[in-house]
Amino acid sequence: MTTASTSFIDRRTVIDWLGIVPFMVFALAFLIVPTLYLIVGAFFNPAGEFTFQNMVDLFSPSILSAYWISIRVSVASALGGALIGFFLAWAVVLGGVPSWIRSSLLTFSGVASNFAGVPLAFAFLATLGRTGLVTIFMRDWFGFNLYSTGFNLLSFFGLTITYMFFQIPLMVLILTPALDGLKKEWREASEILGASTWQYWRMVVLPILWPSLMGATLLLFANAFGAIATAFALTGASLNIVPILLYAQIRGDVLHNPNLGYALALGMIVITGISNILYIWLRSRAERWQK
Amino acid sequence: MKAHKIFAWIAIAIGAIYFLVPLIGTFEFSLRMRRGVYSFDAYQSVFTDAQFRATFGFSMLMALVTIVVGMFLIVPTAYWVRLRLPQMRPVVEFITLLPLVIPAIVIVFGYLRLYNSSSWIPFTGSTQGTNILLTFSYVTLALPYMYRSVDTAMRTIDVRTLTEAAEILGAKWPTIMFRCIFPNVMSGVLSGAFITFAIVMGEFTMAALLNRPAFGPYLQLVGANKAYEPSALAVIAFAITWLSMGLIQLVSRFGKLSPARP
Repeated sequence: MTTASTSFIDRRTVIDWLGIVPFMVFALAFLIVPTLYLIVGAFFNPAGEFTFQNMVDLFSPSILSAYWISIRVSVASALGGALIGFFLAWAVVLGGVPSWIRSSLLTFSGVASNFAGVPLAFAFLATLGRTGLVTIFMRDWFGFNLYSTGFNLLSFFGLTITYMFFQIPLMVLILTPALDGLKKEWREASEILGASTWQYWRMVVLPILWPSLMGATLLLFANAFGAIATAFALTGASLNIVPILLYAQIRGDVLHNPNLGYALALGMIVITGISNILYIWLRSRAERWQK
Repeated sequence: MKAHKIFAWIAIAIGAIYFLVPLIGTFEFSLRMRRGVYSFDAYQSVFTDAQFRATFGFSMLMALVTIVVGMFLIVPTAYWVRLRLPQMRPVVEFITLLPLVIPAIVIVFGYLRLYNSSSWIPFTGSTQGTNILLTFSYVTLALPYMYRSVDTAMRTIDVRTLTEAAEILGAKWPTIMFRCIFPNVMSGVLSGAFITFAIVMGEFTMAALLNRPAFGPYLQLVGANKAYEPSALAVIAFAITWLSMGLIQLVSRFGKLSPARP
């Protein structure tokens, strides 16, 4: 009796686990093993010997400058996106604007946060490129030549403002629920206790909101860091950010060392991985207040 | 009170300018092909381009296959995890979020090393094999969105009771899956499908590095060689994204009305 029931349980357990085998096989074959292959490969030389040389070589000037410009573009577009996104979310949640503005902003944000890649580059070329609408408008109406100021869309600054087109909506989508979570009672309580608006924001809102704010900014950072299509279509290969360098390496081994290419990929995973882990940790902190 | 309302309107105005000016600029630019007057010549040039039709069709087909393959993988998995393996939920959820952490270019780099023509499983050895690999790469990219929308839809139905009821009535496994579970999570399946469609239509990295004639690499090629057509294509791409998102909203509104609540 006992043996029969245990074997029944065992069989059931086996069937239970069989149910997720297809998913696990897929995830291993097309997500985990390919990534691990690169990570492991980063610690070997082309002859197949274990080495840390690839890590050391990542700190050569050309690769370091690629990481540096990638980090700068990602930080700048994340901070810019976070700032404008925060004010927009604040305006529709607490600013007392009509509710149709809130629903259209959220709908639009859903679209715009997914509108990235090559077409986004085209949109900004048509707007701020040498013959773009805004460039020509400023020249004809104000006699102001944008490009004489040293502005160039195919640059750090140009890429940053282009990325902000999908960063701002993403921030709006993440922050709106967080701002909705601010309870009216907290504001009333602080007013009754004689707090000014500034004190309420600094001593009540900010301590509650900072995990959401920081977390969302990190997510924006990782989002920009991994993006390649927009930059590729906008600047060709002229702006040497990490994904474009990796693209060139995959296409033609420009670093003359396949294993150094793996190390370049590992560097990207480490940077996006750390920012995502911090994001998940901060989000779990933020959710405590949203219940 | 008054001051903060003015401030809110300033924020909305800045946001509106940031969002709308590039769209207006793109549309205006796309009409400029004929000298001196606005015309739809750029659109005509795009639509009559044989390569446009070929790559658009290819990506559309890829998107459909991706949706079907992805849903056959994800719906049963999400169902099974809820019903039998709740202890595996965090693991499965973590895996589905990985494509947001690992950049697409890194994933495809791994494919090219692991599945090249001289490896054990030479996906990239033939055109058909490369197409299959591209489909799987799109399923991987869509994994976070598909899983989340299906799992959200599944939360609103009581999977266990539905399954037990079906079993008592003598239903077999395929009947339970395709006549009980799938119809009840249809709103999630459809919203996952539309976002996948939007992602696949514009995807560049995977298709370019696997050398397949998809819409994304075609866009890049046109951008490098022509003046006005890129703007017309950007308008078309934006319309596709807008359409997909609009359909998601429509579906989720339907979804709130319809799920069975046993």
